[in-house]
Amino acid sequence: MMGFLKLLARNRLALAGGIVLSFVVLLALITPLLPLAEPNVTNTAARFQKPFSEGALLGTDHLGRDLLSRLMWGTRLSLAVGFAAAVVAATLGAAIGIVAGFYGGRTDNLIMRGVDMLMAFPYILLALAIVAALGPGLFNALIAVAAVNVPFFARNIRGITVGIAHKEFVDAARLAGLSNTRIILTEILPNVIPVIVIAMSTTIGWMILETAGLSFLGLGSQPPQADLGSMLGEARSALITNPHTSVVPGIMILIIVMSINLLGDGVRDALDPRLKSGALSRPMAATLVSRKDPVPPAEGKGLLEVQELQTQFHVKDRVYRAVGGVSLHVKPGECLGVIGESGSGKSVTALSVMGLVASPPGVITGGAVRYDGEDLIGAPYRKLREMRGRNVAYIFQDPLATLHPLYKVGDQLIEAIRSHRPISKSEGQAKAIDLLKAVRIPNAEKRISDHPHEMSGGMRQRVGIAMALANDPDIIIADEPTTALDVTVQAQILSLLDDLRRSRGLAIVFITHDFGVVGQLCDRVAVMYAGRIVEEGPTQSVLETPTHPYTARLMACVPELGAGKRRLEAIPGLPPVVDKLPKGCAFADRCDRVQADCRQGEIDLEREGTRAVRCIHPVIPLKEAAE
Amino acid sequence: MGRYILGRLISAIPVLLGITVIVFLIMALIPGDPATAILGSYATPENVEKLNRDLGLDKPLVSQYFIWLGNMLQGDFGTSFSLNRPVIDEVLERFNATLILAGTSFVICSVLGIMAGVISAANQYGWADKGITFVVLLGISIPSFFLGMMMILFFSVNLRVFPVSGMWPIYGTRDIWALLNHLVLPATALAVVATGVIARLSRSAMLEVLRQDFIRTARAKGVHERGVIWRHALKAAMVSIIPVLGIQAGFVLSGAVYIEIVFQWPGVGRMLVDAILTRDILLVQGGVVFVAACYVLFNIVVDVAQSLLDPRIKT
Repeated sequence: MMGFLKLLARNRLALAGGIVLSFVVLLALITPLLPLAEPNVTNTAARFQKPFSEGALLGTDHLGRDLLSRLMWGTRLSLAVGFAAAVVAATLGAAIGIVAGFYGGRTDNLIMRGVDMLMAFPYILLALAIVAALGPGLFNALIAVAAVNVPFFARNIRGITVGIAHKEFVDAARLAGLSNTRIILTEILPNVIPVIVIAMSTTIGWMILETAGLSFLGLGSQPPQADLGSMLGEARSALITNPHTSVVPGIMILIIVMSINLLGDGVRDALDPRLKSGALSRPMAATLVSRKDPVPPAEGKGLLEVQELQTQFHVKDRVYRAVGGVSLHVKPGECLGVIGESGSGKSVTALSVMGLVASPPGVITGGAVRYDGEDLIGAPYRKLREMRGRNVAYIFQDPLATLHPLYKVGDQLIEAIRSHRPISKSEGQAKAIDLLKAVRIPNAEKRISDHPHEMSGGMRQRVGIAMALANDPDIIIADEPTTALDVTVQAQILSLLDDLRRSRGLAIVFITHDFGVVGQLCDRVAVMYAGRIVEEGPTQSVLETPTHPYTARLMACVPELGAGKRRLEAIPGLPPVVDKLPKGCAFADRCDRVQADCRQGEIDLEREGTRAVRCIHPVIPLKEAAE
Repeated sequence: MGRYILGRLISAIPVLLGITVIVFLIMALIPGDPATAILGSYATPENVEKLNRDLGLDKPLVSQYFIWLGNMLQGDFGTSFSLNRPVIDEVLERFNATLILAGTSFVICSVLGIMAGVISAANQYGWADKGITFVVLLGISIPSFFLGMMMILFFSVNLRVFPVSGMWPIYGTRDIWALLNHLVLPATALAVVATGVIARLSRSAMLEVLRQDFIRTARAKGVHERGVIWRHALKAAMVSIIPVLGIQAGFVLSGAVYIEIVFQWPGVGRMLVDAILTRDILLVQGGVVFVAACYVLFNIVVDVAQSLLDPRIKT
C-alpha cells in the first residue's frame, strides 16, 4: 500500500489532480460554514452583475442570485450526487456480478444476457427512458445514471469473481461446509473490493458529467435548487449577453472532472506493473548509439566484421551488459555458428548488426559493425534502412509471431522487394511465387494468398527464409530459425539453408543453442557466455577438442544418437545476471575446474592459429587443441 | 461472409426483443395513467376511461406488450399526442438530422482520434506525445454541452464565422454548403470527447503492437518507418481499435442529445427531451426503441468490419 502511494505521488500530474480534487471536496464540505450569501435569494434589481463587482465576487445570475454561493452549493450537490450514483452503481453492479460469477451456469447466463441487453442501448437513451418514467428530478436522475452504469460494474466484477470462484481457498471454504453467503462475504468480497474501488475511481468522473448532463437538459435538479449542470442549463439563454453565468459553472465541472481523470490515470498507472519495468516503451526505428571509446580500425577479415561490440540495456538505474565486447567475422559463402544458452547475448549481438535491438532500453555503447569495411554503428537511419533486407537479411525464430498476422504471405514478400526497388504488382506477384518455389513450398501459386495462421510451422519458416532471400542479400543472420520446429522439419530447413548458401554464395551467421545444428551446417563456431565469446574455432576442431570447460559442458548436454545410454548432463546453476557480472571469469561459479586465479581479473581471449579460448585452466591446452 | 452476416443478424433478434421489453417495462412503471397526462387533470372520468380503452390500456400488461410490438413491426409506432402526428414520421425525420450530425462526428472522431493516437505512440514521451496527451485529457474532461456553448460564444458571436444554431439558414437556400456551415460547430463539439477516448486507446494499442516481433521483422526487411507505423503497426492495432469505435458510436449518439439542445439541432435527442417534458410517452417509447435498434444494427456492421480486417476470426 505504501509503495502504491509512493508511486502515485511520484506521478506529478496525478498528485496535482489529487490536490485540486481534495481542495474542491474540502470546500464543498465546509460550504455551509463559509460566509456566503444565500444561494436561492433572488434580487432582480442586481441581476447579471459582472464578476468582481461589489458584494458578488463572481457576479450574479439572471435572478440576481450570488453566483459564488450558488457555485459552491452547486458543486456540493454535483459531487454528492455523482458520488452517490457511483456508490449505488458499484454496489448493485458488484452484487449482480458476484452472484453471476459465483453461481455460474444458468444463473450466470441469464444475468449476463440481461446485462448485455442493457449495454445494447446508447447509455443516454436508457437514462432518458428512466427519467421519462420516473419524472424529472435530481433523485430520479441519480437513479437513472446509476442504473445505466450498473452493467459496466456487473460485467467487470463478474469477470474477477469467475477467476476467484475456482481458487483453492474458495474450494477449501466449501469443503469446510461454509454456506454460499458466508463464502461470498468472507472469501470473495474482500478480493473484489479493490477492483470495485478502482472501477469507481475511473467512472466517478463520468457519473458527475452524466448527472450534470441530465440536469443541464432540465431533467435533473429542479429550481430553485441547482447543481452545476442545471446552473449551466439556466445560464444558456443568457449565453450571448452574459457569458460569465455559463463560464463559472462550466469551468467548475471541467476542473472537477479533469482532476478526477488525472488521479484515476495515476491510480491505473501505479497499479500497472508493466509501466514500472518500462515494458510499455516503444522500440524506435533503430537502436540508440552512444559510443565513447574510439572506433576500432578496420581489419578486413570478412564481408561482415563485428569488432568489440558492446550492447547494453538501460532500465531505470540498472545497466545490463548483454554484449560485452564481441568480435566476429564472416566471409562470403561461409557459415558461422554462434552458440550459447538463452541470455548469453547471442541474439542481441545479431540484432545489433542492423540496429534492430529494441531501444529503449537497448543502447550500443561501443565497438564497430563493418559491412565491406564500412562502419554501420551510428550510421544515419536512412542508410541502415536501405541495407536492411538488401545487404543483410534476417530470419527469426517462431515465424507465427514474426510474420504479420493480417497480411497475406505473398503481400509480405512483395513488400520486402518493394521496400528496395519499385516493381509492378504483377512482377511482384511472379517474384513472390518464385521465392516460395525457391524455398520448396509446394503449390506456391495458391500459397501466396494464405495468411500466416493458415500455414504449418515449417511452411511459415520457409516463408521467413523466402522473405530474407527476396532482395538477394550477401549476408543472412538466422536467429534460432529452427528452434520452434520439430526435428524432421528442422533438418529440411537446415539443408535448404545449406543449399542456398552454396548456390548463392551467402554468408550466414547462424545463431543457436544446439551443437547438433552447428555440426551440420557451420564452418566455424563461436561460443558465447554472459555476453562474451569464450571459445572460437573451426567447427570440426571445436567439436573434437573443446578447450573451454563451458564448451565441453555444453556439448555434454547434447545426447548423441546411437551412442547408447549416455547420461544427459545439465550444467548446474544459472548464468550470472548481466547487470552484476563477477570479476574474472563469468563461468567460475558453475565450473568444476575453477581455481582462485579465475576470479582475480579480466581474462583475455587467447589465440592460437584458428582457435581461441577465454580460459586460464582449459580442458586441454589451446596449443594441443589447435593442432 | 454472407452466412456470417446472416448469423449476426439472426443473433441480434433476441437483443432487439430484449430492448423492446426493457423499454416497455420502464414505461409501464410510470405512476398515474397516460390518459390523464394527455387529457389534463380536469378531464372527466368518462373521457379518461374512454381514452384508456382506445389506447388499449385496460388490457393486461402482457397483451399490451404484444399489441405494441405487433404494431411496431408493421411500422405503426402510435400517434404522438403532443405533435398530433404519427410517431414513426416524426422519429424518421428527426433521426435523419441526428444521423447527419452524429455520422459526421463519428467520422471526425475516428479519423482524428486514430491519427492522434498513432502519432502519440510513434513519438512516445516526445513533445508531440505530451501535447496530444494533454489536449486529449482536456477533451475527455470537458462537458460537451459546455464546450458547445463556448464554441458558439467564440466562433459565432465573437468571430462570426459560423451560424449560432440550427440546421438550415432561416432565409436562403438549403444547399449542401449551408448544411456544412451549420454542421461544423456541433459536429466538432460532439466529436471532442470520443476523439479523446479513441486517441487514448489507439495510443496504447499501438504501443502494445509496436513491441511485437512482426514489427521487428518489418524493420529487418527494410520497410520505411512510415510504413512500419502506418501500415504494419496500425493495421494490427485496428483489431483492438475497431470494437472501441463501435462503443464510441454509442457515446456519440448519446452526446448528440446535449449538442442538439445547445445548437438547436432538430434531431431525435431534442425530440426525446421535449417528449419527456411533455410526458408524450408513445413518442419516447418509439424514439428510444428506434434509435437503440439502429445502434444494434450498427454494431453488426462493426463486427463485420472486424471480421474483414482479421482473417483469424472464423466467418
